[in-house]
Amino acid sequence: MNKFWERLLTIDRRAIFVVIFLALSVPIFLQIGLPIPVTREVQILYDALEDLPRGAKILVSCDYDPGSEPELQPMAEAAFKYFVANDLRFIIIGLWPQGPIQGNRAIEDINESDDELIVENGDTLYFGADLVVVGEDTARYGIDFINLGFQVGQELVIQRMGTSFEATFPSDRRFGRPQKEFPIMEGIYRLADFDFVLNLSAGYPGTVEWVQFAVDRFHVPVGAGNTAVQAPLAYPYLDTGQLTGILGGMKGGAEFERLVGHRARATMSMTSQTMAHIFVMLFIVVGNIAFFVTRGKSERRDLRK
Amino acid sequence: MRREIPLILTAIVGITFFIQFFVPHSPMRELSETFSDWYSIISAFAIWLGGLNLMKISFEKVYKKDKDWFFAVTTIVSFFLILIVGLFFSGGRQYLEQGSGYDWLYRNIYSPLSATMFALLAFFVASASYRAFRARNAQATVLLLAAFIVMAGRTPFGDWITIYLPEGWRLSNLSNVIMNYFNVAGQRAIMIGISLGIVSTSLRIILGIERSHLGGE
Repeated sequence: MNKFWERLLTIDRRAIFVVIFLALSVPIFLQIGLPIPVTREVQILYDALEDLPRGAKILVSCDYDPGSEPELQPMAEAAFKYFVANDLRFIIIGLWPQGPIQGNRAIEDINESDDELIVENGDTLYFGADLVVVGEDTARYGIDFINLGFQVGQELVIQRMGTSFEATFPSDRRFGRPQKEFPIMEGIYRLADFDFVLNLSAGYPGTVEWVQFAVDRFHVPVGAGNTAVQAPLAYPYLDTGQLTGILGGMKGGAEFERLVGHRARATMSMTSQTMAHIFVMLFIVVGNIAFFVTRGKSERRDLRK
Repeated sequence: MRREIPLILTAIVGITFFIQFFVPHSPMRELSETFSDWYSIISAFAIWLGGLNLMKISFEKVYKKDKDWFFAVTTIVSFFLILIVGLFFSGGRQYLEQGSGYDWLYRNIYSPLSATMFALLAFFVASASYRAFRARNAQATVLLLAAFIVMAGRTPFGDWITIYLPEGWRLSNLSNVIMNYFNVAGQRAIMIGISLGIVSTSLRIILGIERSHLGGE
């Protein structure tokens, strides 16, 4: 019997990799729907968005790269869909170079129109870039949303926005035109002019910096979407009221998708994540049983030596 | 002078930001705005410097045929491929738009490779959990139990196996208790410790006591 456990303890790690691969990939094809209860921190963020009046302006800071896409991109897509459906205007920026590109991709991916372009008043408008269609609602670039791109400078960018938004982001990402030319930027002079900030963050600079500068310094409500690894760092700011809600990892994304009525990638991936967690827990249990069963034997062997 | 000028600049900028936090009025406000802009400009140059430095090291590695020089070739080819496609074959300013050459490279090469690197973590975590996560002593057992509860509670599986327990005792609730109380207490202690360290180090740098960042000492 001991031999069995000893063999199990020295199992080839590639066997573990195969099990995890199957645990992650098979559920994707099975499409099992799991119940996803909503946690308090996600509900807080959703309630804050619900309380915003129509036409409110939201700054979305995409501070992540494709490495964190599985966790954060579903949050961006769900949030943008919600903004379009509820007539909330959103301005995308990034403290990470790849962030605004991820924002663009989220907008393109939520677009439900099959058309490629329309010509309106002599202008060619591309669906997914100039125009976004979500159900019966439409959002237009420069009026309902805009992408102002990346700005280098980490947390000092947030501090600079506190005194002058235009000095920090002088032009838009798509056309390179001065941001003041776009109707959406009307009335936005500094960070405090935004009704809400949604920060989707995978590290530094990210949620901690937004709390330290935007919340504590300029008193702007900030809600955060974080990777599961980063979320524990953001929790201390929740009960103090410095953060208006946290979407933690894929589960937070799935809960948010449930609340906004847009069950998509995060919800679908929850089965994979659940299976992976179950197998990791099984590995821990089996590994510990094997360790304790064989420990007596190895201790005796050590004593003999 | 090579040491004195950076020390004086650091002191001026540091003291300006410090005062401006408590007195956000003229002239401290304008000064801090100017310094913030300078910081952005210097950071932008640092990106270029980083890129050039990476190329210098990679070219040297290839030239000297150092160990794993082939990876340096990959770095150089990737660097120039994305730079040239982005600058000259992606519609100018609109290089980030859907359908451009740069966008194609980002979506089909950079994005999957980057996600793959991060996804490998799942496999290594699974392997490590099997080999290293042992209840060897009381502290390790507590850590193990907490990890177990959070892992199970963060998925619907946790509630499924504890459905017959009162709501407060279900794994999702226990997971929330760990995250909202034990985790927060620990994180706050760490954050306060780190902050005190940052304050003291910053003061030493601003006052010119700490000079190791300038080299030497």
